[in-house]
Amino acid sequence: MTQPHIPHPDLPPPANAVGAIGWLRRHLFSSPANIALTALALYLLYALLPPVLNWAFFDATWRGDSREACSGQGGACWIFIRTHFAQFMYGFYPEAQRWRVDMLVLLLIFGVAPLFIRTVPAKLKRRLGLGLLIAFPIFAFVLMRGGILGLAAVETSSWGGLLLTLVIAGVGMTGALPLGVLLALGRRSTMPTIQALCVTFIELWRGVPLITVLFMSSVMLPLFLPAGLNFDKLLRALIGVTLFQAAYMAEVVRGGLQAIPKGQLEAAAALGLGYWKSMGLIVLPQALKLVIPGIVNTFIALFKDTSLVLIIGLFDLMNIVHNATTNPAWLGFSTEGYVFAAAVYWLFCFGMSRYSRNLEKRLHTGHQR
Amino acid sequence: MKSWKPLAAVTILSLSAISVAHAGTTLEAIKKNGFIKCGISDGLPGFSFADEKGNYSGIDVDVCRAIAAALFGDATKLKYTPLTAKERLTALQSGEIDVLSRNTTWTSSRDSAQGLNFAGVTYYDGQGFLVNKKLGVNSAKKLDGATVCVQAGTTTELNLSDYFRASKMKFTPITYDKSDESAKSLEAGRCDVLTSDQSQLYAQRIKLAKPDEYVVLPEVISKEPLGPVVRHGDDDWFDLVKWTLYVMVNAEELGVNSKNVEEMKKSTNPDVKRLLGVEGDKGKDFGLANDWMATVIKQVGNYGEIFDRNVGKGSPLKIERGLNALWNQGGLQYAPPVR
Repeated sequence: MTQPHIPHPDLPPPANAVGAIGWLRRHLFSSPANIALTALALYLLYALLPPVLNWAFFDATWRGDSREACSGQGGACWIFIRTHFAQFMYGFYPEAQRWRVDMLVLLLIFGVAPLFIRTVPAKLKRRLGLGLLIAFPIFAFVLMRGGILGLAAVETSSWGGLLLTLVIAGVGMTGALPLGVLLALGRRSTMPTIQALCVTFIELWRGVPLITVLFMSSVMLPLFLPAGLNFDKLLRALIGVTLFQAAYMAEVVRGGLQAIPKGQLEAAAALGLGYWKSMGLIVLPQALKLVIPGIVNTFIALFKDTSLVLIIGLFDLMNIVHNATTNPAWLGFSTEGYVFAAAVYWLFCFGMSRYSRNLEKRLHTGHQR
Repeated sequence: MKSWKPLAAVTILSLSAISVAHAGTTLEAIKKNGFIKCGISDGLPGFSFADEKGNYSGIDVDVCRAIAAALFGDATKLKYTPLTAKERLTALQSGEIDVLSRNTTWTSSRDSAQGLNFAGVTYYDGQGFLVNKKLGVNSAKKLDGATVCVQAGTTTELNLSDYFRASKMKFTPITYDKSDESAKSLEAGRCDVLTSDQSQLYAQRIKLAKPDEYVVLPEVISKEPLGPVVRHGDDDWFDLVKWTLYVMVNAEELGVNSKNVEEMKKSTNPDVKRLLGVEGDKGKDFGLANDWMATVIKQVGNYGEIFDRNVGKGSPLKIERGLNALWNQGGLQYAPPVR
């Protein structure tokens, strides 16, 4: 009787190659150079983390309502942020009228949320999206500006804080993307006039820094206009930011257009689709999907670039924080202010970045590696 | 094809006619609007800033309030436009604002070539030095070999090197582009002395952990007279702004302030009587109510009150009157008489 061969069961891997120790050995102590880097990183954490944590949390002052409460603590004075929080959010928007802004934000959240839920029918989404793109901005402007229907007028010069940052970023994004797509199509057009116009526009706006555009709109433009005719400063900034970002967006979209094989267009033509249909149904959906990272990159840059409007005296989040640091009753808390502003910017930019990753995954159709 | 020449000439002439016509009507335009468009700073401690409720205050803001009180009898008839240093003059030239009250230094080029008029001096500023008391220095003349923190790209830098060269002293400049950083490096000991306009040094001092250990040296090495600005060729408006300032200085000199203004109307002093509109018709000269000067004092205060409230003893800044004291108290604030 021969016994069937039963192989000896596999030995477990050595204890130092699995579990936490194994992970450490593989990732942190795999070579002398890595050991040195690990030690350096640990030392840096040890040297930097406790002071930062102490400043931000353990030694920080949270309670009180004047700068006296903060003296001698050595840590951050978050009272400064708390007392100015409403101003950082709304700027100089009158307190009694802030419900309008709150209402718009709620409306926007409830309007946008269904677009992200997959079970909502596509037709409804399309209508909702169009409504948000066309009706909402008009409604929002009327409500925020007021002056009719018994609403008190609130000049755009008193819009500020995060509200203004979001207005500029929102208008810039919704304006720059469609304009950028059109410019990109125009640049690849076979019609010489359109192509020349688009190339000139893109190269002109890309060739100047945004700060110059804003500066020109605020300092030079009024000198050329007839006396007494004053464009709204915010409107000037909005136009400047939108046109500027559209030029960047055009180049991002063009990158996507170039990646689409010519066969796709030829196939569209063979099906009898005209220019707009073949672009809208065949080329653009593929091209835009390819350049999502580029588009979001431009959006994130735009969001942060809104802080440049401080050069023309608009009180966006950054400038309103700066303004608060010049209040004699609260001098010397600029670090807290700027850390807060940085945290808000980071939150928004990180949110956009996560959403774009999510979008990429959802639209993933096998071209990714 | 020479027909374009007369056309161009006519266009240019009519354009200049329009601008001249416009220049003469600032006061009328303001009266029609019912408020004054006042250009202020985008945030300067003691001069103009917004508190957490969004209310503006500061010396520069009070000047605008006083003008509104003079013209409309109501210090709130204003629209503030916060302006950056670069856009302030254009905003005034283009008519976006009626008066610029934004810590602007009175210089010859601004007064002439740039087409502006300075209505007076609300604050005599000048570049000074802030040092740690431990350094044992009581005069800028003893700063030989010092390391100096200075803001880059401003005239501050030029004045500094001029001063040290003229006094045959050596120094090492450390330049910063933001004022908060310079205060922090003074504190950390990266420099011995911080230089900036004196009005700013007091604000910087509050930012330090132990303000009492630092002192502003007495030397002032540059002249920075700050005051409200209007456009050229707008004489009625210019006079009104100018005399609003003079009224506030005269009121302090005569001992009239916002609290006692009603009592003082019973004064027997003819100067006080003229100032408060009890005697004479000084309102008519300006096309205003006869008691407009009293209204300014009542609603905004005299010069001393404004100074103390915003930058002086009554404020966190605690700046000495110094050059801004009245002329009969060793300062430079002097106003022509109301007569």
